[in-house]
Amino acid sequence: MSTAPVLELRDISKEYEGNRVLKGVSLTVRPGTIHALLGENGAGKSTLMNVLFGMPVIRETGGYQGSVLIEGREVQFRSPADAMAAGLGMVHQEFMLLPGFTVAENIKLHREPTKPSLLSRVFGKRLETLDLPLISSDARSALAQVGMGIDEWAPVAGLPVGHMQFIEIAREVDKRNAKLLIFDEPTAVLTESEADELLKVMKQLAAKGLGILFITHRLDEVMAVADEITVLCDGERVASMTPAETTVGHIAEVMVGRPAAVVRHVDSRSTAPRAAKLEIRDLAVDMPGEQVAGVSFTLEKGEILGLAGLAGHGKLGVANGLMGLAPARGSVLKDGKPLVLGDARAAIMAGLAFVSEDRRGVGILPDESIELNIALTSLEVQGRFLLPGAVPALRLMDGGAIRAHALQMIEHLDVRCTGPKQHVRRLSGGNQQKVCLARAMTLAPDTMLVSEPTRGIDVGAKERVLGLLRQLNREQGMTLLITSSELAELRATCDRIAIIYHGRIAAILPPDATDEQFGLAMAGGAAHAGHAS
Amino acid sequence: MSRAVTERSGLQEHLREIGFPRLVIGVFLVLLFSIAIATRMDVPGLVTDSLLRVGRNGLLVLALLPAVQGGVGLNFGLPLGILCGLVGCVTALEFKFVGWPGLAAASLIGMGLAVPVGWGYGWLLNRTRGQEMMVGTYLGFAAVSFMSMFWVLAPYRDPSLVWAIGGKGLRTTLTLAGGFDKLLDKLWAFQIGGVRVPTGTLLLFAAMCALVWLFFRSRAGISISAARSNPRFARAAGISDTQTRTQATIMSTALGALGIVVFAQSYGFVQLYTAPLLMAFPAVACLLIGGAAVSRATITHVVVGTVLFQSILTVALPVTQRVIEGDISETARLIIQNGMILYALTRKNDR
Repeated sequence: MSTAPVLELRDISKEYEGNRVLKGVSLTVRPGTIHALLGENGAGKSTLMNVLFGMPVIRETGGYQGSVLIEGREVQFRSPADAMAAGLGMVHQEFMLLPGFTVAENIKLHREPTKPSLLSRVFGKRLETLDLPLISSDARSALAQVGMGIDEWAPVAGLPVGHMQFIEIAREVDKRNAKLLIFDEPTAVLTESEADELLKVMKQLAAKGLGILFITHRLDEVMAVADEITVLCDGERVASMTPAETTVGHIAEVMVGRPAAVVRHVDSRSTAPRAAKLEIRDLAVDMPGEQVAGVSFTLEKGEILGLAGLAGHGKLGVANGLMGLAPARGSVLKDGKPLVLGDARAAIMAGLAFVSEDRRGVGILPDESIELNIALTSLEVQGRFLLPGAVPALRLMDGGAIRAHALQMIEHLDVRCTGPKQHVRRLSGGNQQKVCLARAMTLAPDTMLVSEPTRGIDVGAKERVLGLLRQLNREQGMTLLITSSELAELRATCDRIAIIYHGRIAAILPPDATDEQFGLAMAGGAAHAGHAS
Repeated sequence: MSRAVTERSGLQEHLREIGFPRLVIGVFLVLLFSIAIATRMDVPGLVTDSLLRVGRNGLLVLALLPAVQGGVGLNFGLPLGILCGLVGCVTALEFKFVGWPGLAAASLIGMGLAVPVGWGYGWLLNRTRGQEMMVGTYLGFAAVSFMSMFWVLAPYRDPSLVWAIGGKGLRTTLTLAGGFDKLLDKLWAFQIGGVRVPTGTLLLFAAMCALVWLFFRSRAGISISAARSNPRFARAAGISDTQTRTQATIMSTALGALGIVVFAQSYGFVQLYTAPLLMAFPAVACLLIGGAAVSRATITHVVVGTVLFQSILTVALPVTQRVIEGDISETARLIIQNGMILYALTRKNDR
C-alpha cells in the first residue's frame, strides 16, 4: 500500500495522576481500510480516542506525549470541533441525536445549507434562511449511502434504536471533508441483522476511500470486516495483525493475556419434571420500548431459563415487571404463593434478586463506595449489616461487617479496584457489573433475574460473569432467568430458551435447537411451539 | 511512577480538596487577623465575637444538610423552619415559660410545628422536581409575608409581647431578657486568654452535628442518601424517593426551627415580621464556603463553612474601619455571600 495514511498515531502516552493508562501506542489507518481497535475495558481505548479528538480532559490532566498525524501532517487538536474540522467523524456508542428534531435536521445540524434572506442582508450571515430542499436532498443521499430508506422528515424520537445508529453514521458521512470515521462499539445496541447491515455499510464507506477506525468487543465482526487489527492491553499495544493471520480464539487470547474459553456447553441435565419456582400467567408489562403483551411460563426450580428476542419485542420487560420496576398486570406465583406486582421490596423479600440491564441507570450508585453498593439493598430491605438498636429505622450501619463482606465479594468475583472504598463510577463496565452481581448475591436470593449480564463488558469479564452464574446455579441450586441479546451466550448457559416476539412467547427451545429454529422464532414464525414445552 | 510525580499530584490533590474559594477566604481571614494584631486591636474580643456567631448560626447551617443529602438541593425555604421556631418562641413566652423550660418549650413547639410544615413543603418539592431551590426561595418569601399577618392577628395577649398602644399585634422585636436570654451561651462558659467561650451553644451545635452524622449512618439515613445519589437504584431497592425527599425536607425544616430558637437565645431577641426573609442566604453561603456542592454536603462542610464565614463577618467590620476608615463589611458580606452561592450554582455538576 503506497497511499499516505489518513491517521497515524506515534508513540502516544498518557498519564492520569501518576497512573500510566497509555504506554507508547502507535497505530496507522490507511484510506479505504477498516482498522479494528480491540481491548478489554480499561485497556486504554477511550483514552486514546480522547487524545485523538483533543478532549479537554486530556489537556486538563497534563496533556499527552507522542504525536498525532492526519494525512502526514502533525496536528494538536485543542477541541473536538478542531478534530471534526480536520475531517474526523465519530459514531458514538450512545446516540448523540436530538430526539425532538427530524432525521434530516439531525443529519445537517449546525451545518445547514442556507440561502440569503432579507434579514440576513441586514443583519449578517447568521440570519440566512435554511435551504430546506437542499437539506432534504443531502439527507436523502447520506441516508442512501448507509442503506436507509426512511422518511428524512420523520422525528428521531420514535425511531427504533437500530435506525438511530444509522442516522448517526449518515450524519458523519454527510460531512464533506470526512476522511476518517471512528465507530465506537456501534453494534453494541443493535440486533444481529442490524449489525450485519451496519458492517456492510462500513465496508461500502471504506470502499469509497474513507479510513475507518472500528472499536468493538465483538471479535467475529472484526474478523468479518477489518483489514488490520490492533489489540491494546493495559495501555500497551500487544498485537497488530490482519484477520488472515489470526483466529478469534487467538485475538481473545492476546486481549485478556490468557487463553480464553470460547463456548462451553451446559452439562446435560435430567429431564425429570422439577418443582415450579415462578409460575407466571398472562404477565403484561408496560415498559416503554419493551412492552410485554402477555407471557405465561414456568420457571422451574434450579434451572437456567434464557429470555431472547429482538430488541423492542419485550424480553427486557419481563424481569422489570416482576421486580416492580415497571407497571405490570397478571398473576405470578412464587413457590406457590402470590407475588405482589409493582412492589420492589415485596419481590426482594420473596427471594428474588435482579441485575438490571441498565447498569448505570439502575444498577449502581456511581458516587458511592463499592462496599456500600454491595451492601445497600440488603441493608435496606433485609436489615442486614446493621448494629443492634431499638428503632429499626434508626439502627446504624455496621461498617465492619460491610467492609468484611465487601472484601470477600471483591475477592470472590475478582473485582479489579483500588479497594472497597473506591467509587463505583471509577470502575470499568465489567467490574461495575461484578459489583451489581455481588449486590444481588448479597441478598441471598433463591432466584436471580439477570438482564444483559455481559452488555458492554470485555471478553475476560464476560466469561467470568457467565461462569459465576453457572457456578451459582450448580453449587447453590440458584434458579436463574437470564435475559440477553446475545443468543450465543444464552445457548452456552441456559437449559431452555424462551423467545419473545411482539410481547408474547413465540417458542421455548432447547439450547441445541438449530439456528433456523431460533431465527424463525425470533421472526415470530413459531407461535405455537411455545405451548408445547 | 517517579517520586516527583507522586508528590506533585499529592499536592494538587490537597489543593483540590481544600478548594480554591476556601483557600482565598482562609487567606483573607488570616490577613484580617494579622492586620488586627498589627494595629493592636482587641483580638481576644474578635475571637469571642466569632465564637458567639459560630454558635448562633451553626444550627441554621446544619439544617441545610439533610436537604442536600436528600436531593432537594440547597434549602432556600429555610424561613419555613425559622417561622416555626419563632412561633415556638412566642408561644413559650406567651405561656410564661422562662429559663430552661422556656427554651425547651420553644424548641419543642417549633420542631413539632416544623413536622407538618416540612411535610407539606416536601410534598410541594416532590411536585416541582428540578426547581426545588427556586420553589423554596419563593415559598420562603411567601410564608414570611403570610406570617407577618399572623403576627398581627394571632391571639397573643402577653403585654410584654404585644404593642403597648392598642394591645394587639406582636412587636417586631421581642426581648428575651427574663425569658431564656443567653442561657446556653452562659452554660459552662469560661474565659481563656481574654476569649469568652459560649460553651453551651457550641456544645449543642456539636451534639446536633454528631446526631445528624449518626442519622446518615442509620438505615433511614442511608436510604435518604441513596435516593439522592440514584433514585432509580433506590426504587429497585424498594426505597421510595418521594418519601425520602419528604423525610429530608422535614428534618431540614425541624432543624431550622431549633436553629432559630438557639439563635434567638444567643442574640437575646426574637425578631419577627420580615426578619426571617433573607435568613436562608447567609446559611447557604456558609455551607458552600465550607466546600459543599448543591448535591453533596458533609458535617465538615457545615463546620468549616460556618467558622470561615462568620469569622470574616466579625473581623471585617472593625478591621476595615480601622484601616480605611469606612465600613465595607456589609458590602463584603453581600459580595462573599451571594458570590459564593453563584459560584456553587455554576459548578452544579461537579462531583
